[in-house]
Amino acid sequence: MKINISYYIITFMTDVHICKIESKIKLIDDVYLITVDNENLAENARPGRFLHIKCGSERLLRRPISIFNTENSKTSFVFDIRGDGTRWLSERIPGESLDILGSLGNGFDICGLNKLNRDAKVIVVGGGLGIPPLFYAANDIVSRGGRVTSILGFRDKKKVMLEHFFAKICDEVTITTEDGSLGILGLATKPLERLLINGGFDTVLSCGPLPMLKSVAALCAEHNTPCLVSLEERMACGVGACLVCACATKIDGIQDMSRVCADGPVFHASDIIW
Amino acid sequence: MSLSVDFAGITFKNPIVAASGTFGFGREYAEFYDLSKLGGICVKGLTLEPRLGNDPPRIAQSPMGILNSVGLQNPGVDAFIQNELPFLREYHTVVIANISGNTIGEYASMAQKLSEAGVDIIEVNVSCPNVKDGGIAFGTSPDSVASVTEAVVRKATVPVILKLSPNVTDIANIAKAAESAGADALSLINTLIGMRIDTKTRKPILKNNIGGLSGPAVFPIAVRMVWQAAAAVKIPILGMGGVVTLNDTIEMMLAGASLVGVGTACFDDPYAPVKIIDGLLEYLSLNKIDSIKDITGKVILN
Ligand SMILES: Cc1cc2nc3c(=O)[nH]c(=O)nc-3n(C[C@H](O)[C@H](O)[C@H](O)COP(=O)(O)OP(=O)(O)OC[C@H]3O[C@@H](n4cnc5c(N)ncnc54)[C@H](O)[C@@H]3O)c2cc1C
Ligand SMILES: Cc1cc2nc3c(=O)[nH]c(=O)nc-3n(C[C@H](O)[C@H](O)[C@H](O)COP(=O)(O)O)c2cc1C
Ligand code: FES
Repeated sequence: MKINISYYIITFMTDVHICKIESKIKLIDDVYLITVDNENLAENARPGRFLHIKCGSERLLRRPISIFNTENSKTSFVFDIRGDGTRWLSERIPGESLDILGSLGNGFDICGLNKLNRDAKVIVVGGGLGIPPLFYAANDIVSRGGRVTSILGFRDKKKVMLEHFFAKICDEVTITTEDGSLGILGLATKPLERLLINGGFDTVLSCGPLPMLKSVAALCAEHNTPCLVSLEERMACGVGACLVCACATKIDGIQDMSRVCADGPVFHASDIIW
Repeated sequence: MSLSVDFAGITFKNPIVAASGTFGFGREYAEFYDLSKLGGICVKGLTLEPRLGNDPPRIAQSPMGILNSVGLQNPGVDAFIQNELPFLREYHTVVIANISGNTIGEYASMAQKLSEAGVDIIEVNVSCPNVKDGGIAFGTSPDSVASVTEAVVRKATVPVILKLSPNVTDIANIAKAAESAGADALSLINTLIGMRIDTKTRKPILKNNIGGLSGPAVFPIAVRMVWQAAAAVKIPILGMGGVVTLNDTIEMMLAGASLVGVGTACFDDPYAPVKIIDGLLEYLSLNKIDSIKDITGKVILN
């Protein structure tokens, strides 16, 4: 797969892979972490890229799920049961295989992370199921010598997950809940504003519900801090051919409909028409 | 044994064609396999001016089908000729330019530009359900189909395929109108207009409210319409709609198709068209058939 954007041309071998499920862990109610073992899939995984997973022969469309982490030949992802496809996925058991098209998309690295200094200071702001890909990105930044402060937003205490993963690698982890049942009461943007006012960060990465991304983008713009966001849109091909996953963008002054699957899912927040 | 098919004076090395709008301009799937394996490629629907298409969501799922409302997003015919056609020309496959216009004049002018630019065939989309201003209006009456066909045939120096809408009551009449107006071939079916509603929000899933249904769900309708059109005209037919497997392909050909388009199947499996092509050779040898073109229209009716 050739990812062709203005400043990088990178060729990854993207293909359909049959991947054996190594483990399935229930993180919280309705949320699972699945790890699959396939060398070729793991090889082109990058933070912010996603997997297009076939969820049973009766469902025509694959389901896009972000990569949570990779280790050697293993790739893992975290998902919640939202409809019948993800329910099917949650019923798989170790030893079975998944048909995965991947890895796909333009991740955080290509979108700007790999232009950062090695000792960059980065904030990651995640909401709900937008949190998993940020761990992969944070881990990548830290392993290259950078430092990460994370803000993880959840609806309530029962939805809190993955915080220990972040705690291991981040300078600081702030948890917010909408009902105040754990951490700071309110939305993830509240602590973000405080951090941005204090300054000293090179960039902000964000993934989560659209209203959250919108506020994060606005705050970053106000405080002149570069911001990368990972977007979601309904998809068909996942590779850039069908144009169903459109998102309105303005890049270098040119208004367009970009493809979330191939031009994204990670975009410069300033390129999105919010 | 031969998979080759002569279609409107053009030789296809095999009868499998990527369907318009599902295959972009070929670049994405070229990363999976050599596009020269395909009999032909119908490119994403082109318009005279660039179009941004409809607002998302543009896709909804349905049992064994999908609804799309892309709305003909494309860079415009000039940008296609400049940036995409040279790439496609690197492959040994038939390049079919799919065009949509708001007016008959737009169709004619695109036909001229694309003929001069050297595409192999022009496919005229008179049936796109996703554009409010035009498109569908041309596809639903025999008279307007005839007018568009005449205008395009007059300007085109390459063969012209008329792509028909399934959203009509009498496909045979429309097929005949296109044939008498000079079309070299027909293709069908385009998508069937459909709608899905989210019961929680009570809103349609597609931002455009309605969209075009494709995929296996439409296959029996496509077979029936190809069969009806084939019975009505002498010109050859590119049959499509829900084809996924080798068996679907054979079925479409028996109904009367000389070429078979594969679209939605690629979203599930990017290799779907090449798997069918590989299967066709086996089918020939297994059934001791010399040439695939011999099965076109060979349905034995009850
Ligand atoms: C790039 C990307 C990364 C994603 N990463 C994750 C992740 O890491 N974890 C996670 O839990 N979810 C993630 N999602 C959302 C996930 O794709 C949907 O929850 C899932 O497709 C729902 O499928 P379903 O069959 O359960 O739901 P249904 O509602 O039954 O699905 C019907 C159709 O709508 C599509 N659809 C429904 N909701 C969404 C949505 N939010 N985004 C895209 N398509 C949708 C489905 O793919 C399917 O085609 C991601 C989406 C995108 C685009
Ligand atoms: C996402 C999408 C976009 C399409 N765009 C076009 C188009 O631009 N022009 C056209 O003539 N047909 C278009 N079609 C229709 C297909 O070419 C084909 O006629 C139809 O999908 C039935 O075949 P299938 O079931 O194999 O997909 C589109 C179909 C889909 C699914
Ligand atoms: S899903 Fe087909 S272009 Fe993005």
